Amino acid sequence: MIQPVSHLETGQSAVICRLEGGFHFRKKMWAMGIHEKKIIRLVAKHPFHGPVVIEVDGREITLGRRMAGHIIVGDPE
Amino acid sequence: MKKVVLMGNPNVGKSVFFSRLTGANVITSNYPGTTVDFSKGRLCRGKDGHEIIDAPGTYSLEPSNRAEEVALELLEGADLVINVADATNLERNLYLTLQILERKIPVILALNMWDEAGHVGISINRERLEAELGIPVVATIALSGEGFHELMQRIGDAHPSETIRPMNEEERWIRIGEIVKNVQQITHRHHTLRDWLSEASIRPLTGFPIAIGVMLAAFWCVSIIGESLIDYVFDPLFALYTPVAMSLSAWLGPGFLHDLLIGTLIDGQIDYVQSMGLFTTGIYVPFAMVLPYIVAFYTVLAVFEDSGYLPRLATLTDTIFHRFGMHGFGIIPVFLSLGCNVTGILATRNLETKKQRFIAAALLAISVPCMAKNAMVFGILGPYGAGYVMLVFATLFLVFVLSGLILNRLIKGDSPEICLEIPPYRRPDPGTVLKKTLMRIRWFLQEAIPFLFLGVLIINVLYTVGFVEWLGGVFAPVIQGWFGLPAEATTALLVGFLRKDLAVGMLLPLAMSPMQLVIATTLLTIYFPCVGTFSIMFRELGARDMIKATAFMAAMALLVGGTMRLLLLGL
Ligand SMILES: Nc1nc2c(ncn2[C@@H]2O[C@H](COP(=O)(O)OP(=O)(O)OP(=O)(O)O)[C@@H](O)[C@H]2O)c(=O)[nH]1
Ligand SMILES: [Mg+2]
Repeated sequence: MIQPVSHLETGQSAVICRLEGGFHFRKKMWAMGIHEKKIIRLVAKHPFHGPVVIEVDGREITLGRRMAGHIIVGDPE
Repeated sequence: MKKVVLMGNPNVGKSVFFSRLTGANVITSNYPGTTVDFSKGRLCRGKDGHEIIDAPGTYSLEPSNRAEEVALELLEGADLVINVADATNLERNLYLTLQILERKIPVILALNMWDEAGHVGISINRERLEAELGIPVVATIALSGEGFHELMQRIGDAHPSETIRPMNEEERWIRIGEIVKNVQQITHRHHTLRDWLSEASIRPLTGFPIAIGVMLAAFWCVSIIGESLIDYVFDPLFALYTPVAMSLSAWLGPGFLHDLLIGTLIDGQIDYVQSMGLFTTGIYVPFAMVLPYIVAFYTVLAVFEDSGYLPRLATLTDTIFHRFGMHGFGIIPVFLSLGCNVTGILATRNLETKKQRFIAAALLAISVPCMAKNAMVFGILGPYGAGYVMLVFATLFLVFVLSGLILNRLIKGDSPEICLEIPPYRRPDPGTVLKKTLMRIRWFLQEAIPFLFLGVLIINVLYTVGFVEWLGGVFAPVIQGWFGLPAEATTALLVGFLRKDLAVGMLLPLAMSPMQLVIATTLLTIYFPCVGTFSIMFRELGARDMIKATAFMAAMALLVGGTMRLLLLGL
């Protein structure tokens, strides 16, 4: 299933299919090691449209909900 | 002189590196964004003619905040780069490495945190990596100094890479993928207690109760350490000193010099808080009242910083901080400000936009009291009951929230979302904690003592020339009529610009009721920052925004002071 990473269940993993949003945002994500084909896991999701915490390469990163909405993931093959 | 710049991702150990290379101490902590400005130093052993520069961390050469802009500026002036990389996170760190190599600058790569890489089962083939990148690669452990000998030997071999050519994003990632596949091996790692703790403290359901527990424990530690230091160390020391001061007082006899050095005797005795002499209050306030809490606070803060808890707290507070026009990182400057507003305001450089930085700096200046002032509030209001102390802090907390909500509406501009790397938990090293605390105590003493003496001196001169009475008369309508305080409190507000701790001390001889003291000490935080904070705000925000912030502070002081008077004193 193709969906934004923020729609995953807490603890669930998926593979990044593509990054949406502006060029500046995508560049920033690339520089932080968040890019296509990487395995990403949703560690935590905060209520009231709060931030999400994701894990890539064993590193946790806190991202705003809108940013996380631009990271589109699919099922790992 | 060759300019050698330490470049790398945030929180990879550049500042520990810098301290080790130069012998100079800089602040290091376990969260991204510790260094926001540069430090320069000379290489301490071996080669002469090398100037080492510690830069803020950055993920790429496209800066997204003020701190990263500083890093880029430094790179542009570099003759040689020591690229510090986190060996436990090679793939991501190589992104910046390639960007630097594409600029054809001589680079040597240090794979730092080599110890941790071993622990988590990562091994990297260095010869292979050297061949791929075309530059010298050394493995280092900055904390212990391992690998630094080799680094020093090979620093002369650093040269621009022949193998890396400029490329676009896509090509860069493909290249990095290939390199990592060739040089890195990962053995599978089991989940540990540390991973479990890491997740529990960042998830909302478990994270908030943990945060409350941690905060209470921290507060308890600070007060226990502070009180014990006063009771068992500093008060006994001053008991020894009193006979000396008394004989000095007798020898001087009455006169201006006595007033200046010893101050007014109260019932024939020196009262260290109220006498207001250079050799009485002038040394008692910084050493016996403030220093114990400074020691306590900075010890606890260092443990917080080095453990890696702060970014987790930033995640938990993110939703609330958005209401104030910032994001969760804003909590870190608040913590630093509880020590000293100057360092707190500097840390706002990690925020992305002007709006965020303005609101953060203004909120810190208006409602976050520094430890020097807090210590005095504990010392002076504490004896009347903890409730009064709490009242001061509860009011300041409300002012923080209220000002945040208002400024978020008032100030135009963007408030981007949080994007913060969460470092692994690390066990704070006692030696590092001690060194960092001592460093901050030294800064405190260097800053505090001159201004305290100046403050005491000015008070004495102003009293002698009658300026104090005149000023009290001028401001009486506001101070007496609106805030319900004695007119003499005006002088305390004046001195508060120099030292807020001393200003709190000046309230004591005015024979105020505890409620009046609550109002006065609260206002001392809100009305105006101290001179150090004022100048750093001026530098970071510029004149225009500084005027805006000042006007807001004055308005808040009038509003809050008036309201408190109505609620606490009645009409
Ligand atoms: N285990 C281990 N920890 C290290 C090593 N080097 C640094 N650290 C720790 O890593 C953390 C970050 O170190 P800093 O020197 O503050 O990192 P920095 O790169 O200057 O960070 P910023 O200024 O935020 O960019 C600190 O808690 C250090 O104690 C190392 O080789 N091994
Ligand atoms: Mg640093």
